[in-house]
Amino acid sequence: MESNLNWREFVITRAIKASGYSAILFVALIFYFLLKEAVPTLTEVPLGDLLAVRWYPIEDYFGLLPLLTGSLVVTLGATLIAVPFGIGTAVFIAEIAPRWMREILKPLVELLGGLPSVVLGFLGILVLAPWLRNLLDLPTGLTALAGSLLLGGIAVPTVVSVAEDALDAVPRAYREGAWAIGATRWQTIWRVTLPAAKSGVLTAIMLGVGRAIGETMTVMMVTGNAPVLATRLGSIFSPVRTMTATIAAEMGEVANGSVHYHVLFFIGITLFLISLVVNVTASSVVFKAKKRSERVLS
Amino acid sequence: MDKIIIESLSLQYSDGTESLRDISLGIREKAVTVLFGPAGGGKSSLLRCLNRLNDLTEVQTVSGRILLDGENILDPKTDTITLRRKVGMVFARPVVLPFSIRGNLVYGLEVMGEKRRSRLDEAVERSLRQAALWDEVKDRLDDPAVALSGGQQQRLCLARSLALEPEVILLDEPTSGLDPISTGKVEASLLELKKQYTIILVPHSVQQAARTADFAAFFLQGELIEYGDGKELFTNPQDQRTEEYITGRFG
Amino acid sequence: MKRTFSLNRHLVQRLGFGLITLIALGTVIPIVMVVIYIAVEGGPAISWEFITGFPREGMRQGGILPAIIGTFYLTLGTAVFSVPLGVAAAIYLSEYAQDNWLTRLIRIAIINLAGIPSVVYGLFGLGLFVLFLRFGTSILSASLTLSIMTLPVIISTAEESLRSVPQAFRTVSISLGATRWQTIRRIVLPEALPGIITGVILGLERAAGETAPILFTGAAFFLPRLPGSPFDATMALPYHLFVISTQVPEMPFQIQYGTALVLIAFVLGMNLVATVIRSRARARRQW
Repeated sequence: MESNLNWREFVITRAIKASGYSAILFVALIFYFLLKEAVPTLTEVPLGDLLAVRWYPIEDYFGLLPLLTGSLVVTLGATLIAVPFGIGTAVFIAEIAPRWMREILKPLVELLGGLPSVVLGFLGILVLAPWLRNLLDLPTGLTALAGSLLLGGIAVPTVVSVAEDALDAVPRAYREGAWAIGATRWQTIWRVTLPAAKSGVLTAIMLGVGRAIGETMTVMMVTGNAPVLATRLGSIFSPVRTMTATIAAEMGEVANGSVHYHVLFFIGITLFLISLVVNVTASSVVFKAKKRSERVLS
Repeated sequence: MDKIIIESLSLQYSDGTESLRDISLGIREKAVTVLFGPAGGGKSSLLRCLNRLNDLTEVQTVSGRILLDGENILDPKTDTITLRRKVGMVFARPVVLPFSIRGNLVYGLEVMGEKRRSRLDEAVERSLRQAALWDEVKDRLDDPAVALSGGQQQRLCLARSLALEPEVILLDEPTSGLDPISTGKVEASLLELKKQYTIILVPHSVQQAARTADFAAFFLQGELIEYGDGKELFTNPQDQRTEEYITGRFG
Repeated sequence: MKRTFSLNRHLVQRLGFGLITLIALGTVIPIVMVVIYIAVEGGPAISWEFITGFPREGMRQGGILPAIIGTFYLTLGTAVFSVPLGVAAAIYLSEYAQDNWLTRLIRIAIINLAGIPSVVYGLFGLGLFVLFLRFGTSILSASLTLSIMTLPVIISTAEESLRSVPQAFRTVSISLGATRWQTIRRIVLPEALPGIITGVILGLERAAGETAPILFTGAAFFLPRLPGSPFDATMALPYHLFVISTQVPEMPFQIQYGTALVLIAFVLGMNLVATVIRSRARARRQW
């Protein structure tokens, strides 16, 4: 019986360890399978053509610039919305709201994070886009602006929850110290609490931006899907096409192994690498900050 | 007759701090041996070597030997599970497991594979009587253990160790958080228990050390300063540092 | 002089607090409005036939049963793969892993998995499960894809929950002769269970609402019958909503809103269950 127990313990321990390592395996698998299908692009399409301004795969135009700028414009717009609303709401929840209100607000914001993006895209088509078209007198409401507004909403919960954690982690003594020398609560928030939580807030913004770049369904549904180069200021009011939406919209219709297929995987691996950089940077910012605070405390 | 023989034991933690330096000591069977001295002297570290609980913490190097019934328990091949059943431990803060009173008492037996209800019930009653807790809890064995008072919880922890019928019991300042009445009950149990068990106690005060010790060992900064018969050591210490400590000049 | 100064400071504070409050309201009110709006517009569409019927007339009439069942299957399939793997990985990180480069690599991998865009998961699922392993466009491929996407949520919430179990329980258990796994199974896991369940539900909630990862791995535009095996493709609520709001001309609004309502009820229902479990466990906790 004793040896039976040892044997079971051994097997279970092995299984648990293997599961622990599985995350590394999955990232490697994802990278490998994207790379495998993306690499042929480099031989099939000259680099100059990839950096061109025309995306029209049926006639073999694979210029990625319109998609890149499309993603950029929409993400930038989303950031401009998500940062003030996200940080503002985090400050409200962490610093201003009474306890009972916190208890209501936090789950509500989490609820927004849980809304499927396809639902927001659906409302974007039926409600937001017509409203924007009337309001701004545009030919169509399905524009980068509509995408930015909704993506901003999608990024807000991420920003709020990470930033709120960071503000919450600022030691109470900092605040009390500021109050003791006569600062108002408002001054304390701006000059003490927010600066102390700076790295966490920065991480919140980066993760929010990461979320916005990767969002697919909403942008595919509301940005009008026109792969035109978005460089002018007015581009925000015209239809665009993002990288994610391009993959989602076109992958279903391409033949496996075709040039178009490879180019879509090429876009995919580009997105993978962007998210890798954003997330690893964001988490190392937090990591460093933690180390610093540990040094201060010890 | 020595139950445990410690031979030139040294221990260093992985952060570089040295905890024990060249300790040699014999622990008498069926008696209370008290390890005392100021905090940080290495008493708890020594205690945790005796049931290999130090395996859980960041220990850099251990050297020397600890012979329990003639076998070196520091040998990597030692079956620590069997060792810990033989060498029970009670901690400074009473930690009851999130089960019922009965659940706490039978836990050690159950993980051993004991399923027979009669054996478990027998162990529950015996261990509770030994820890002088039976009369207080016999009617509510299925209540959550956290509902007990602090003193009762600590006696439950003692009973939990006894349920495994160990040969050695390690007590690490078991009464540090208890009121004088509970402390008295625990100490009274120890007097009974030493007829059957080898007891090693880190007391929470010099007074407790003097009250309970059959044998006593004085530790200072990782070194064993003096060891001897309890009565003798507390009335007539040989080393000046021991005398200064027990007369309250430092510590 | 001094008085006006402090008056100013307090005026600034009052204005600032007002602004922040407005911003917070600006975040929260639209959320509430979205939910209420869909409930009001979609409510009338909900009927027994809508929930239990098949789509008819090119999906412009009838019910959405295949999509509901499909989402249920996908969620279940995701749970089958991601829950054991995710909880085991969390146990590894909380109970076994030492602080070394390998553990840091695992953590970076998890952070990275959490950040990968959902459509990229779709590409990966297409490459590995649909084509390389020849599972085809199926519930199996889609569930596996969603599982990997869900893993980081489950791992991180479960790990947090495991870590919150007091260390003293582990020490005591080991000192009573229990093995490490016995300690985990008998004490740590039961104590951490409510938190783990909450994390699992939040992860599955995300999987249930996703569209992009199943686009090329298992979603079907329209199926006249229910899927019969894990190797069949399936309709799913989020994909169905996408289809009827963008691909089908002259789609009655009521059916669209009704589908959206069923979808958010599914997802928010899971969210609610998770919240209730969490707050109940917090209230009952004894340590």
